[in-house]
Amino acid sequence: MAMAIPRPRGVSRKWVYLIAGVVLLGVLMLFVEDWHQLWKISSTPDNVPIVAMIPLVVFFTWLGVKQMKENDRLIDQLEADPQAAKTSHRKTAPWRPGWARELHVWPYLVRVEFLAAVIVTLILFVWSITLNAPLEEPANPNLTMNPSKAPWYFLGLQEMLVYFDPWIAGVVMPSLLLVGLMVFPYVDSNPLGNGYYTWKQRKFAVGMFMWGWFMWIILIIIGTFIRGPGWIWFWPGQTWDHNAVVYDRNIDLHEYLGISGMMGKMIFGGIVVGTFYLLGGLFFHWLMTRNAFEKKILARTSILQYLTFQFFAITVLLALPAKLILRLSPLHIKYVWVTPWFNI
Amino acid sequence: MADEPNGKPPAGDGAGRQPEEQADVNKLLRASSGLPEGQIEAQEVRSVGVAGKVREQGTALAERAKKEVEAYKDPQQTQLWKSIFRVSHDRSDPRNRSLAILSNVFLHLHPAKINRDAVRYNFTWGMGGITFYLFIVLTFTGVLLMFYYHPTKIQAFRDIQYLEHDVPFGKLLRNMHRWAAHLMIITTWLHMFRVVLTGSYKRPREFNWCVGVVLLVLTLLLSFTGYLLPDDQLGFWAVTVGTNMARATPILGHEGPFGPQLGMTAFNDVRFGLLGGSIVDANALLRSYIWHCIGIPLVASIFMAVHFWRIRKDGGISGPAPVMLESEMKPVKR
Repeated sequence: MAMAIPRPRGVSRKWVYLIAGVVLLGVLMLFVEDWHQLWKISSTPDNVPIVAMIPLVVFFTWLGVKQMKENDRLIDQLEADPQAAKTSHRKTAPWRPGWARELHVWPYLVRVEFLAAVIVTLILFVWSITLNAPLEEPANPNLTMNPSKAPWYFLGLQEMLVYFDPWIAGVVMPSLLLVGLMVFPYVDSNPLGNGYYTWKQRKFAVGMFMWGWFMWIILIIIGTFIRGPGWIWFWPGQTWDHNAVVYDRNIDLHEYLGISGMMGKMIFGGIVVGTFYLLGGLFFHWLMTRNAFEKKILARTSILQYLTFQFFAITVLLALPAKLILRLSPLHIKYVWVTPWFNI
Repeated sequence: MADEPNGKPPAGDGAGRQPEEQADVNKLLRASSGLPEGQIEAQEVRSVGVAGKVREQGTALAERAKKEVEAYKDPQQTQLWKSIFRVSHDRSDPRNRSLAILSNVFLHLHPAKINRDAVRYNFTWGMGGITFYLFIVLTFTGVLLMFYYHPTKIQAFRDIQYLEHDVPFGKLLRNMHRWAAHLMIITTWLHMFRVVLTGSYKRPREFNWCVGVVLLVLTLLLSFTGYLLPDDQLGFWAVTVGTNMARATPILGHEGPFGPQLGMTAFNDVRFGLLGGSIVDANALLRSYIWHCIGIPLVASIFMAVHFWRIRKDGGISGPAPVMLESEMKPVKR
């Protein structure tokens, strides 16, 4: 959007983005009805880590992307000039002939570690002196907290309860997430980008991970800042009304089509889920074959690797946002597949 | 005494001094008096007698003490120092720098030398190391907290209040434990993020990545089990919400698919096993405490040992490695 506006000479793109960001933030601020509520959520002691995590994630993403760009530029140069590729030391870090390629850990690394430990200790002391750990009333099983929330790092799972039944959101999805993380190195058949930041050479793998990573963070943010009493959706800045009643009629997909009868529902749901897997598979296959480079990597991928990836990608990376959209959309879809034993 | 020839033990020397030392003392005496050898002997002859002998020995002892004190100004030459630190910390010697790492049990996780660019903060972000450091901080503050805490329904909440209001630095201690735990989760995630961005999970480090995923789970579980321990509304309901999901475990939970068909009830399913009961109560508090303070830290320590060991065995940290070009991809080995 910012690109379309002609920018005066001498104004760098960075400034355009910055100003656009500030303007956007200002516009968003106009929608805040209840600043006190916003402050109350963000300053709840156990939410402070999430508030701190957001800038940290932004900073480290920027730091990673910056190095990706630098390395990608270097890769471009070396690919254009095979002679330079033979002599270059192939890093963006400065290098001169005669410099030792290795440094002594004592003191060059140990001192960095020591410094890091000192800084972390200082941060912890300052944080602990200025902010108290929460302690509420003694545990009382007869007085349910509303909203009753899991610790913030599990709010992603709790938020998933809105979209899936507990056995999927609480047990199957987290297990798949972890197993999916573990198989990640085994399905990534791309040998490039081992030990250096690069986007160009690893668009697919990095993109897939970032997809999952940001999805997880967004779910946590929704669970923390948006879900209020009764786990009702309150936009940031809206008052958490404990008496709010939301007319939220959830409808199963087959009801829209007027399918009744257990057999009909089961078959219909099976077809829907099957079609979803088919389309998802086609989508990821398209991503994996969209250019010559990706095709080259795909040729190195075994059938087992391919199928494993497809399974986890569709089940975790695609099904979750798909269900999220179906549920939050005006269609209010609860289940897509209803059977006597389980509902999805 | 000074007349005694070297080699014979001096008679009547209570201190059991060795002849060589005696000779040294005499030399020192001579040097300090600034007189030639003949004269000092004449002096000594003059000062024969008990008082003279005592004075003479006193002077010698003082000189000896002075000499020893001089030696202590260089503590690295003392027997005590050398028994602890086997290596001279003389910086100019590269061998010493290597030995400083190799001969130290705490530092030997490191290699002696690393890639010159690996010490740049930009590459690793230091997140793995910081995570480990936070684990140490948490162990330290956690052990101190254990001195004041009883995992019982009657005392747990009061112990936290006692910690907050009466124990010297108790509040700081509890705060530090809490915030270090939250920070550890963030640093673990950022560490994982960095490992992905640098492709460090690739061959030969695939297995170590898996160990890392297990450590991530253990970190989350450590934090989660600690959440219940203050026995307040926050922890109680968070753990209630968390463990209620276990009810729905397929096959093993009484509300999960195929659970009831296999005879699962609220009193024998996986949630019952986690809580030691059908609700979050005294047994859950005790189980949480034991998992938090003993069970998970033990398991995590084992996985950490493997994680760190494997970093070294897999060739140290992955980079910053020289960039590889597309044209240099080797055909795949099957």
